[in-house]
Amino acid sequence: MSDIVIKKSYEEINAKIKKGDAVVVTAEEMAGIVKSEGYKSAFKKVDVVTTGTFGTMCSSGAFINFGHTRPKIKASRVWLNDVEAYAGLAAVDIYIGATQVQEDDPLNKVHPGRFKYGGGHVIEDLITGKPVKLKAKSYGTDCYPLREYEATVTIHDLRDAFLYNPRNAYQNYNCAVNQSKKTIYTYMGILRPNMGNATYSSAGQLSPLLNDPYYWTIGVGTKIFLGGTVGAVTWRGTQHDPNAPRGDNGVVRSGAGTIAVTGDMKQMSAQFIKGASITGYGCSLMVGLGIPIPILNEDLAFFTGVSDDQIFCQVVDYGYDYPNAIGRVIAEVSYAQLKSGFIEIGGKRIPTAPLSSYPMAKKIATILKDWIKASQFTLGQPQILLPSVPYDKRHE
Amino acid sequence: MESRNVLLIFNQHIMYKPIIYRIAKDFNVIFNVLEAKILPKQEGRLILQLSGEKQDLDACITYLKDEEVVVDILADKIQRDEDRCVHCGACTAVCRTDALVINRETMMVEFHPDRCVACGLCKLACPVKAMSGISIDVDSEELAVKA
Repeated sequence: MSDIVIKKSYEEINAKIKKGDAVVVTAEEMAGIVKSEGYKSAFKKVDVVTTGTFGTMCSSGAFINFGHTRPKIKASRVWLNDVEAYAGLAAVDIYIGATQVQEDDPLNKVHPGRFKYGGGHVIEDLITGKPVKLKAKSYGTDCYPLREYEATVTIHDLRDAFLYNPRNAYQNYNCAVNQSKKTIYTYMGILRPNMGNATYSSAGQLSPLLNDPYYWTIGVGTKIFLGGTVGAVTWRGTQHDPNAPRGDNGVVRSGAGTIAVTGDMKQMSAQFIKGASITGYGCSLMVGLGIPIPILNEDLAFFTGVSDDQIFCQVVDYGYDYPNAIGRVIAEVSYAQLKSGFIEIGGKRIPTAPLSSYPMAKKIATILKDWIKASQFTLGQPQILLPSVPYDKRHE
Repeated sequence: MESRNVLLIFNQHIMYKPIIYRIAKDFNVIFNVLEAKILPKQEGRLILQLSGEKQDLDACITYLKDEEVVVDILADKIQRDEDRCVHCGACTAVCRTDALVINRETMMVEFHPDRCVACGLCKLACPVKAMSGISIDVDSEELAVKA
């Protein structure tokens, strides 16, 4: 662990969970408790706060081992339902990425393309138990002579299928608007011209990393809810950046932290893992993820008690600035404002729409809470901490 | 009082006949023009929101049909697959008539087919293909986006 003060240990909390005595609340409920009683009292009362998020996370995919064929093949190119998987691994190991599009898809030739089927859909179909067409090609070797292989498989036929997502659960995210004069089709949804609408993609107060803003409890080895089953944080995610600007409450105001996660696809439910088609942009995967946060000290009670009106994100123009890598921030708005349905920028009232599902995030946090209350899930201590920054307690 | 969104198609031979004003005058039905497209000497297309008492609305629609107006009730055009919908809210970014709208208490996306004008934009916006059905014409998706 880092140098944070631990007033209630993992062992103590896990012992309480095993006895069925742990007090577990969702981050939404914690916000209410902290608002009415203060974080010091909330610390005494609450042992674990559960979080959740459900949204499109492009940096996702699956490692699959489809089992040795007879005769053996050292697959060099592999397709699942005509979606190409990366096969530059050992003989029958592949990685299928969420955004890989099916062969012969017209892409954006007629703009905006529909991107009906891709890697994310293959992953969903496998989890559902649907048959998937597997095709492999090879150049043939003395030890792996087979050059072509075709089979229809379900997830049960695969030797291994692990979801492995290099970047999930972004701590915070942009709110997108379009200041250009034409409608644009982005990964942030359909954006009307002249700031006709605004979209955002975070569970706000329920979002995992927003509840542990300095990554004291979420690190390598942390046990999580992933796609309906138990998974783990395997490393910091790509683009992880603890140095993002923070408010006086320590909460980041832009992207910041990310995590890499993994879990066994054979145990997952398609209710929490869904292939996505984003018009004009491409294919992706919607991922349901939740993390329990042990309330080790008063600061963690404070952080998990932060509510949507105290969490801000940056409004960014996707018409010109974002595609041209211009880091201009138009405004900062709170998730409470975004969730009200309208934000105001320069006197203009702009309707807002979420892209990540708050009801699903809440469902995941609630399931995690029920697992812990039923002593089915104990908390894992991080073995390696994610890169962070010192906490300066500016809010006090 | 109830409300129905209808697409009315006026073929060439009735295009210049005064029909719409009778909706209010004879049937006591309030109409609100949601969309109109008139191709001179070919065809007129009109999306109206009709509100009034049930019997007045029924009588009004019977009258329109008697006048050989093609009447399409738009509420039946677009459907939502409740099992696929994840209530993300992406569709609410483009729905112009609040047929798809977020309940601010629960953040669930509510679908009100009676407000739908079958523009088809939700089909484009939905990432999990929960929205299906027929949009009123092929162009409308693109036209609506440009509007």
